[in-house]
Amino acid sequence: MDFVASLGLILPELILSLTGLVLLLVAAWAGDKASSAISVAGCVALGACFFLVARTVCAGASGPDTVAFFGQFRADAFAGFAKLMIYAASGAALVVAPAFFGRTGQMKAEYPVLILFATVGMSLMVSAGDLLTLYIGLEMNSLSAYVLAAFLRNDSRSSEAGLKYFVLGALASGILLFGMSLTYGFTGTTSFEGIRAAVGDGLNGGTLFGLVFVFAGLAFKISAVPFHMWTPDVYEGAPTPVTAFFASAPKVAAVALATRVAIEAFGSQADAWRQVVIFAALASIVVGALGAIGQSNIKRLLAYSSINNVGFILIGLACATPKGVSALLVYLAIYVAMTVGSFVAVLMMRAEDGTPIEGIADLAGLSRTRPALAWCLAMLMFSLAGIPPLFGFWGKFVVFQAAVQANLVALAAIGIAASVIGAFYYIKIVKIMFFDEPADTIRGKSDWAHWALLAISAIVVSPLGYLLTAWLGKLADGAAAALFLLA
Amino acid sequence: MHPILVIVFLPLLAAIVAGLGNRMLGNVVAKSITTGALFVSAALSWPIFISYLGHGAEATVVPVMKWVASGALTFDWALRVDALTAVMLVVITSVSALVHLYSWGYMAEDTDQPRFFAYLSLFTFAMLMLVTADNLVQMFFGWEGVGLASYLLIGFWFKKPSANAAAIKAFVVNRVGDLGFMLGIFGTFLVFQTTSIPEILAAAPAMKGVSHITFLGMRLDTMTILCLLLFVGAMGKSAQLGLHTWLPDAMEGPTPVSALIHAATMVTAGVFMVCRLSPMFEAAPVALSFVTFIGAATCLFAATVGTTQWDIKRVIAYSTCSQLGYMFFAAGVGAYGAAMFHLFTHAFFKALLFLGAGSVIHAMHHEQDMRYYGDLRKHIPITFWAMLAGTLAITGVGIAGVFGFAGFYSKDAIIEAAFASGSEFGRTAFWLGAFAALLTSFYSWRLMFLTFWGKARWADSEHIQHAVHGQHESPDEEHGDTTHANVHPHEGTAGYHPHESPWSMLVPLVLLSIGAIFAGYVFHHAFLEDPEFWNGAIAWNEHIMHAMHEVPTWVKLTATVVMLIGLGLAWLAYGRQSSLPGKTAEQLGPVYRFLYNKWYFDELYNFLFVRPAFWLGRQFWKRGDEGLIDRFGPDGAAWAVEKGAVGARLAQSGNLTTYALVMLLGLVAAISWVLV
Repeated sequence: MDFVASLGLILPELILSLTGLVLLLVAAWAGDKASSAISVAGCVALGACFFLVARTVCAGASGPDTVAFFGQFRADAFAGFAKLMIYAASGAALVVAPAFFGRTGQMKAEYPVLILFATVGMSLMVSAGDLLTLYIGLEMNSLSAYVLAAFLRNDSRSSEAGLKYFVLGALASGILLFGMSLTYGFTGTTSFEGIRAAVGDGLNGGTLFGLVFVFAGLAFKISAVPFHMWTPDVYEGAPTPVTAFFASAPKVAAVALATRVAIEAFGSQADAWRQVVIFAALASIVVGALGAIGQSNIKRLLAYSSINNVGFILIGLACATPKGVSALLVYLAIYVAMTVGSFVAVLMMRAEDGTPIEGIADLAGLSRTRPALAWCLAMLMFSLAGIPPLFGFWGKFVVFQAAVQANLVALAAIGIAASVIGAFYYIKIVKIMFFDEPADTIRGKSDWAHWALLAISAIVVSPLGYLLTAWLGKLADGAAAALFLLA
Repeated sequence: MHPILVIVFLPLLAAIVAGLGNRMLGNVVAKSITTGALFVSAALSWPIFISYLGHGAEATVVPVMKWVASGALTFDWALRVDALTAVMLVVITSVSALVHLYSWGYMAEDTDQPRFFAYLSLFTFAMLMLVTADNLVQMFFGWEGVGLASYLLIGFWFKKPSANAAAIKAFVVNRVGDLGFMLGIFGTFLVFQTTSIPEILAAAPAMKGVSHITFLGMRLDTMTILCLLLFVGAMGKSAQLGLHTWLPDAMEGPTPVSALIHAATMVTAGVFMVCRLSPMFEAAPVALSFVTFIGAATCLFAATVGTTQWDIKRVIAYSTCSQLGYMFFAAGVGAYGAAMFHLFTHAFFKALLFLGAGSVIHAMHHEQDMRYYGDLRKHIPITFWAMLAGTLAITGVGIAGVFGFAGFYSKDAIIEAAFASGSEFGRTAFWLGAFAALLTSFYSWRLMFLTFWGKARWADSEHIQHAVHGQHESPDEEHGDTTHANVHPHEGTAGYHPHESPWSMLVPLVLLSIGAIFAGYVFHHAFLEDPEFWNGAIAWNEHIMHAMHEVPTWVKLTATVVMLIGLGLAWLAYGRQSSLPGKTAEQLGPVYRFLYNKWYFDELYNFLFVRPAFWLGRQFWKRGDEGLIDRFGPDGAAWAVEKGAVGARLAQSGNLTTYALVMLLGLVAAISWVLV
């Protein structure tokens, strides 16, 4: 694979990086006045990349042709599938921001630039074929994310969120690097291919150590229990568009990355890591569900909800089969739609003067004061609870189906039982909206962009979403096949 | 299309329309639909009945649709019409139509009329399904249907706790009987491999005494055990001694319901069932003896209780219970024709008595205690004459060979048949029946004297006072000093003026009076002396039907004589305004209390069944359900989730070092796990 061909494979990342750099310069010269123009440009770049990647995904790209830079980078269908979700979620984060920040004049030109750089990082993560590419991508995303979390500098909660995220993120990075160094030390290579070859005959103690440390570092990014503690605090403190971004794009990237490491590098030793993944999955489902019950802040609740969902996603990973990975991707896609929709609904919760409202109690009687918003949110909540005929049910269904087919019946049964706990707090929100006396505090006008995004996600999670199942399943199968072809 | 389809399904249609339409339709439309449907059914039923009188008609079966076909178990929805069904058809549709009409007046002030009429029509449909059943399962469908309708109608005034309790009691007691009936149906299918009634009846005679079956660990004659089980069902539905306790309480329902369901039709379902399956019972002499015994015992028991009750509806309720006893011992001695004849005449005069009582209650502003009646003869004359006709019919007034009221033919026939049977049980039944006839006459005339003769004793009635003070203030007028029985209501009208009921209530009374007067005279030949009329619909015991006409003269006169004695006693005690009842009650204290408290059946059952059942239920509820299942199931899970949620919230301290610590602990745990 020559250098030029490799450049062709990383075209989306190149476009995003160059756009980011140029827009940074524009931001430096034009200042915050240009922020909306920069946002638009960022969206255009993301859209272009989306279509570039969509081609490879639809073609089910796999095999040696997708390997760039001597194994450092893979532009296969699996990476593509994840990138599509990442670009879409990043685009959404750009679209929803102006209405949120603009009200108080805090819409800075850095915001879209940071989102773009984070997206480049995530792109690299999901395409990583080497521990070093992995780390670079991860840090690029993380550094942008730390800044984004603390984006409202004058807001103490935002600053606190940024600081917490940074300190714990640094700790997680340390763990990850330590694990990588151990792995390198005991296998003599950093490329996934090399590691796979080295552990083919079994893991020695050192590599096992390294494996656990690497997974721990990645578990922090996907906020799986017990590395989830930062999530509620950061999600609550960060500005809502940033939270929406955190809950969707980086989660996709980290899950895809963890999946690639698990399958591509350590796939032959699935029995070694499966127990840990199963534990993390169940712990995430239970802790996420339990934690959400006591919350009075909707963003905090959605943070626990994301932890809970990660548990279900990890069930797909625990299968370590193409079917499991395919189910994982389908679940992720539906999860992104539901999460973005939910956070857009949260963004639309505003007082008459436009101040954001985050209290769950303020949703009381929303069905009478803002019926359209209430119905959309109710649909999203039922969908998150996995209640048919809404689309959220399908994601859970394919994951459990994969688990049963992989002989993880007990895991599937416990997962299904535990999802009942989750249904409690989702449906409680619906109850508050539809049966409580109206609080009538949510009166602010909503931005058209918010309505549009909410409508799109509501349509996706509605029973109409089932029209996508065949198509989604085919793409996810192709992506999973690409991953296992290399493994 | 056979008219039977219209007769049976029109009431169902009306019930559905009126029940679902309810307030949308409004009172008048719902009432018109249901009442109209019933009058159409009645009009179609009479020609069928008359066609059997004219010897022309064969039994027919009208198929409706397939129901179940599973291996040997096959049965369909089908409507069977024969003489027995025809008798029931006219009884049910006529009385039901008249009760519908009567309810226009009686329920005029009720706020929930469409529901009431829908229930009435639903009941009629279920009852018609019961009597037209061609197989035991369909009969059971009707059986349960009438039970449901009865439950709904007894509890129609569901805001009254006593009505709810009575409804539940009726339902539960009937369940006991229904269990027997179900076991009987299961056993019959087991033995005969079919549920088709004609096939069973055809095969039954050959089974007499030849086959045995093991039931509850005992080896018993097959037909005996099957018939006894089926009869338990009949006992429940027809309120026979032991399972009778629900019937008096069922009077909590509106009076038209009492007339239709708890006098004329549903309670006779047991008699109908025994007659329908009479070839089966003929093959089980032991069961027949049991039927005779229970019938005679009920007949006497209910009549004794009836002599002491004060509530006008309860007197008639016990009277019904007693008359059902007559029907059963007639069937028990093999005189099925007499049993059906008494069922037929009883339907008219008992419906008449109930509707008349309803008219009295209506006039007396919902007062039901006869102690507060008196002197109503002049105020509500039409009701009085109707009630008089009913009383003459039930007591069996008549002169042999000339003319008699309805009961004269049917009841006397039963008493004679019992004597003619010659068996020990039959003779016992004869004496018990004769004594019960005396009591019947006594309590019936007691009711008449207390209600219509004497001086007005309305003054102390709360209902009347309420009515008077609610409408126009008027001071109490006269105050008599005559004491009466053990409660001493003062005489006086309290300024209240009873009004005769509206025409919608009087027309049924008049029509039923005609039935009560002439039904016996017109139809006794067909029912009692004409096997052609029955045409195989019931077992025709030639011997007994013949012998009952050949009984000695003193037997023939017995019924009339005891009737006159009863009348005389009633006049002495109540007609003459004496203090005799009070004194008698005092002197015979324990006996009086025993009778007044209905032989303490309710107390006994309460002690034997209700309280142990409650205790057991409480154990299951408190210890089993709450203590075990809830505690470790839903409640326990909810508790764990709640505690877990608190724990999760507390763990989320917001403290950075804690978070880092948890991460590191998790890491250490994971490493320990994979290494070990």
